[in-house]
Amino acid sequence: MSSVEASVDGPVDVLVEVTDLTVGFGSLRAVDGLSFRLQKGAALGLVGESGSGKSTVASALLGLHRGTGADVGGSVRVAGIDVQEASEADLGRLRGGKAAMVFQDPLSSLDPYYAIGDQIAEVYRVHARVSRRAARARAVDVLDRVGIPDAARRSRSRPHEFSGGMRQRALIAMALACEPELLIADEPTTALDVTVQAQILDLLHTLREETGLGLLLVTHDVGVAAESVDEILVMRNGRAVEHGPVGTVLGAPTEPYTRDLLGAVPRVDARRARSEGSARPLSAASSETSSEASAAPEVVLEATGLRREFGRGKPAFVAVDDVSLTVHRGETLGIVGESGSGKTTLGRMLVGLLKPTAGEIKPGGGVRPDVQMVFQDPVSSLNPRRSVGESIADPLRARGERDEGRIRGRVRELLERVGLEGAHYDRYPHEFSGGQRQRVGIARALAADPRVIVCDEPVSALDVTTQAQVVALLGELQRELGLALVFVAHDLAVVRQVSDRVAVMRRGRIVEQGPADEVYDSPQDPYTKQLLAAVPALDPEVAAQRRAVRRELATA
Amino acid sequence: MSGFGGFVLRRGIGTVITLLAISVIVYVVFFVTPGNVAQITCGPRCSPEQVHQVAQQLRLDDPLYLRYWHFLQGILVGQDYSTGTSVEHCSAPCLGLSYQGDQQVTQLILAKLPVSLSLVFGAMVLWLILGVGTGVLSAWRRGRFTERLLTGITLAGVATPVFVIGLVLMIVVCGQLQLLPFPQYVSLTDDPEQWAWNLLLPWLSLALIEAATFARLTRASMLETLAEDHIRTFRAYGVGERSIIGRHALRGAFAPIIALNANNVGSAVGGAVLTETLFGLPGIGQELVHAVNVVDLPVVVGMVLVIGFFVVIANAVADVLYAVADRRVVLA
Repeated sequence: MSSVEASVDGPVDVLVEVTDLTVGFGSLRAVDGLSFRLQKGAALGLVGESGSGKSTVASALLGLHRGTGADVGGSVRVAGIDVQEASEADLGRLRGGKAAMVFQDPLSSLDPYYAIGDQIAEVYRVHARVSRRAARARAVDVLDRVGIPDAARRSRSRPHEFSGGMRQRALIAMALACEPELLIADEPTTALDVTVQAQILDLLHTLREETGLGLLLVTHDVGVAAESVDEILVMRNGRAVEHGPVGTVLGAPTEPYTRDLLGAVPRVDARRARSEGSARPLSAASSETSSEASAAPEVVLEATGLRREFGRGKPAFVAVDDVSLTVHRGETLGIVGESGSGKTTLGRMLVGLLKPTAGEIKPGGGVRPDVQMVFQDPVSSLNPRRSVGESIADPLRARGERDEGRIRGRVRELLERVGLEGAHYDRYPHEFSGGQRQRVGIARALAADPRVIVCDEPVSALDVTTQAQVVALLGELQRELGLALVFVAHDLAVVRQVSDRVAVMRRGRIVEQGPADEVYDSPQDPYTKQLLAAVPALDPEVAAQRRAVRRELATA
Repeated sequence: MSGFGGFVLRRGIGTVITLLAISVIVYVVFFVTPGNVAQITCGPRCSPEQVHQVAQQLRLDDPLYLRYWHFLQGILVGQDYSTGTSVEHCSAPCLGLSYQGDQQVTQLILAKLPVSLSLVFGAMVLWLILGVGTGVLSAWRRGRFTERLLTGITLAGVATPVFVIGLVLMIVVCGQLQLLPFPQYVSLTDDPEQWAWNLLLPWLSLALIEAATFARLTRASMLETLAEDHIRTFRAYGVGERSIIGRHALRGAFAPIIALNANNVGSAVGGAVLTETLFGLPGIGQELVHAVNVVDLPVVVGMVLVIGFFVVIANAVADVLYAVADRRVVLA
């Protein structure tokens, strides 16, 4: 990264200059007086939680708000073009030609009906007067450049035939096609698995080293920014909170909001016992004894030889294959894996939502299974047409409780227990924020007095600060009620933050299982090592080290 | 079995089963319908003896399963019919004899089918051009006066019955302006030019109404596509509005247009009764209505089977086109 910084000279080489930018949608001010500069070849990270206005800034750089009815004030200059004043033709030249954008969701960001090479060629021909054939050749070139194997053949594939990571590469290839000076990446890795994310970030890094491309990276993930940029601008409510070199902002933040934000980010290298910020020990009793099987408390759930197939006939897909695990009273078992690893299928079998094809699940000691679930998406897992109180009351009614007064009383108690108000009984899901809705989901799981709660990606849809609050709530409930938690997630750092023991899944199997600190500090399985090396680090120097480790692992 | 061959085979079997089911239902419905078929067929002035004779000749006294068995036999191996004085042979795909005038149903259908197909496919070309064109125009000029005007016109089109449009067209074009003769069916093989001129008005009146539906569908699905993320990508790369509308947004509307078109073509083969009646076109729809009125079971069954066949085929063709239009679709 130092080589990139060295190429930046004086203020003559300003690539982006944003002065007092405001963007309003009706009465809402998405961006409110934001100013920043980006030198040629430099990289700036716009970091903020959802609603901070960061993506709006990215769109404003390309003048994408034109004709949408948004109020845009202030001035934006990109590569010498005044975006506000520019003619349609100039704007057309800017878009893609001088500044190219890479969007978040690579599946929906490409036209499903056309071959990827054709789409890149189409964009290229907007900016270069070349024949169709030459444009097509250029498309193959850039696809090859971003590391698509067999680019000539693959350029004829349609987006659905590409994996998520390959689609993101294809989008980056499209951005490179016209040799822009600036790359605007809006959450370029949010939809990707951690190992794929690392590959994409490494690709961006290499491209910058090779071409001297300027980068504006918009992300909610501080770790992703730390990996990739020289400067960070922290945004909140449309304003800049803190702006400076990445090492300074992340190493010694001056603003309280930045400190809170950083404090809430779970660290993959932090031991859980080191209760710092929100990362508090979830169950003191079990974390001390977790490494000792002999001192293990009562087993509340035991699964042996679980297997689950989907589809009939010979090519049945095996989602979970020979998985055995035990959950003890009061402990948290983290199950971590990338998409398609079978972790959600496993979670659903533990709750009884799916029947295992083979193997069995035994409730330890008790007769009732007593397992409940908290779902990933707090929006779609609550019925929007029923009040939250009614949703929470469902498990009570399902158990045969008929007395309305008793039901209401219990639901109020549960609402207060999860940090909401009893009076919220008659409100509907849309009146709550994401974090509050997840609390409702937790209250519903608690209603049946479970001994085990399986949480399937309970915080992945939430902002980091909200995430930390929900994690803290789960820990509190666990301590007070002696609950066992099975915490299914793709985020290695979150899993470490909450778990006593961890199981790493890949292709339906558990590749490594053990006490969290052991697995994280001295991983045995090569896949676990690869996963850990892929996690973005908050410290730019650590990030550089990990990048080196990744290169080694890749070549090994 | 997979791939295109498997698809055709599965569809073929499905079609046969569907058509058999339809024929059984029609037989049962006619069997339980009240009314003396022999009396109706013979005419109001027939004596009871004559009616009895007709009933015997038409095998109306046979039990239902036997009549259905004869019907199947006719389709597979043909049938011999005694017309009282002579024996008439009806060869392999024999759908029986009409109760009225002893005409072979297969011949009858073969005579009527070209009329209906001429009407429907000609109208289809028109409604696709008019409908999709209007839809694209409204999506392109969205939010402006043009769009509101077109939306109003298509709404009126959807709401207008075919005989109103057809009558108005006929009165104005043939009566007042005398631009065209009053339509009279001329076979395509006899005189292609006259065929087209005579069918122009029927095509127009059937197409105008269908076009309104297609315009609304095209507009709606294009607007839906225009709101999608990949359109934003192309905008952010400076791709012009013309290319975005014509290449990317229209492509998204193909699938629903294909599906609706298959449905409409299939059902219009037997369902364009109003248009056929209005313009005096001797097509399937008109004949079917007549056959139902005189309880001419063989003709009704034959016609219904032919119509069912076209609906099923149209949908199979739509599935193939669907898979061609959208490579994510797998034929099954």
